[in-house]
Amino acid sequence: MDEARPYTRMLTAQVRSIVQYRTSFALDVTSQTVFTVLDIVTVLVTFHVTPTLGGFSQRQVLLIGAFTAFAFALADLTVGNIERLSFYVRTGLLDAVLTRPLSAMGQLLVLDFAPRRIGRVLFATGLLTTMLTVNDIDWTAWRVLLAVITPVCATVFFSSVFVIGASVAFWWIDAGQFAHSFTYGGRDFTTYPSNIYQGAFRRIFAYALGFGFVSYYPVLGLLGVPDPLGLPPWFVWGGPVVATAAALIAAAIWRVGLRHYKGAGS
Amino acid sequence: MADHALRTGAALARAGFRRFSTYRQATIAGLTTNMVFGLLRYYVLLATTVGAAGAVAGYDLAQLSSYVWFGQGLLTVVMLWGWTELSDRVRTGDVVADLLRPVNPLWTYLATDLGRAGYNFLVRMLVPIAFGAIFFPFYFPHAPATYPITLVSTALAVVVCFGCRYLVNLTSFWLLDVRGAMTVWLACSGVLSGMYFPIAFMPGWIAAVLQYATPFPSMIQTPIDIYVERGGLGGQLLRLLVQAAWAVAILALAHLVQTRATRKLVIQGG
Repeated sequence: MDEARPYTRMLTAQVRSIVQYRTSFALDVTSQTVFTVLDIVTVLVTFHVTPTLGGFSQRQVLLIGAFTAFAFALADLTVGNIERLSFYVRTGLLDAVLTRPLSAMGQLLVLDFAPRRIGRVLFATGLLTTMLTVNDIDWTAWRVLLAVITPVCATVFFSSVFVIGASVAFWWIDAGQFAHSFTYGGRDFTTYPSNIYQGAFRRIFAYALGFGFVSYYPVLGLLGVPDPLGLPPWFVWGGPVVATAAALIAAAIWRVGLRHYKGAGS
Repeated sequence: MADHALRTGAALARAGFRRFSTYRQATIAGLTTNMVFGLLRYYVLLATTVGAAGAVAGYDLAQLSSYVWFGQGLLTVVMLWGWTELSDRVRTGDVVADLLRPVNPLWTYLATDLGRAGYNFLVRMLVPIAFGAIFFPFYFPHAPATYPITLVSTALAVVVCFGCRYLVNLTSFWLLDVRGAMTVWLACSGVLSGMYFPIAFMPGWIAAVLQYATPFPSMIQTPIDIYVERGGLGGQLLRLLVQAAWAVAILALAHLVQTRATRKLVIQGG
């Protein structure tokens, strides 16, 4: 319990300092929520011009998108601010973080905690609940289990992607945008069924990087639809495997990166 | 006098160009990101043409593909996102130095921004377009006049976008913390400008209201629609006219708001 105290104090200080600017904070929470709403609006607008996407109906695609929205919002709220690492490396502030007798990761997460992202999580929770209700799912014990572990695995997966993406800053300082290809890019990829993508792009994102198992394969399992890409049905359980692998890789890269860091020379 | 102002502007534009061409790592990282997002958008739009059997909202596949790659390039040329320089200077008080200079900061920042846009046009715009033209179906304009009109439209898009960003930054004279206003801008500019999907995908009346009554499509949608020759020469000129009107209106508004803001600054400083 005592170990957690410095973190909770830093967290409280951070939240209080942000809430000070009331107008700005209110605008911030609202518009952060609007972002997630807009991602969904994008799906709706797309369906305004076509009845199906990759053979899936609007509801089915929205179920895929809802798992992604929820997992991404939760990962962004808890781990997303690790993105600020490049700022800490560039300015040398990381030196100050490393001199304290606390974990570097833990400090970075609470120091820049962004409470404005809470609205997204709430909206995504509502969306996911709705989509699980309106879709035609034949609920068995296995499907209940799948519906429960999928958001957890997807959140772990996105959190790991955030950490891996941020760790790039240990070697390549101006490359913040590069990580966006996989964080926000990964979110966009997993908002739609993986079978609409083609060629090497699909193979890399869906299988080599594992994004196909974030929401697409689990939703195939829930709906009881065979994979248009021809993989056997047990692939719908790929979520825990890719989430564990991503978490292990993220932990390893983070440690190597931290050891590689030599300070800003100040 | 006019000659002097023009030379100052040109010098500032050159400085803006050089400042952004220094960051090569950032350019490569940014280009990679543009490619990935281009691919993501391309495949979704491709799937809509399969679902809708052919043309979607008046765009064929080649036009949609050009739309994606052109849009990825434009995003950085107009710099839709991520400009907080002015507001940072308001918060730290450095803006006083800008106001003391003999050139109105609105024009200083505009000239610098045009130089930045020039660099990004050469690198960040032409590379995604070349990538799209080589690997995917691509629309090449039939009328030679389309090329110069597209170029003018792209320049106007930069001016409109700059004016909007400047206005967002100016709010920090009142709010001090620009993040809230900036996030509202991020949300609106992406979806209403045609960045996420062509605004013609939306119901007709919404698209029309956006096109004429808001500055957003003038930043992304208009130059692309002009390039893919929607509505022929007449459509192109009409779009250009709307864009020019918005450029003038937004700059005038920015000028007005800045005058009010500086008056407030004097009061704050005693």
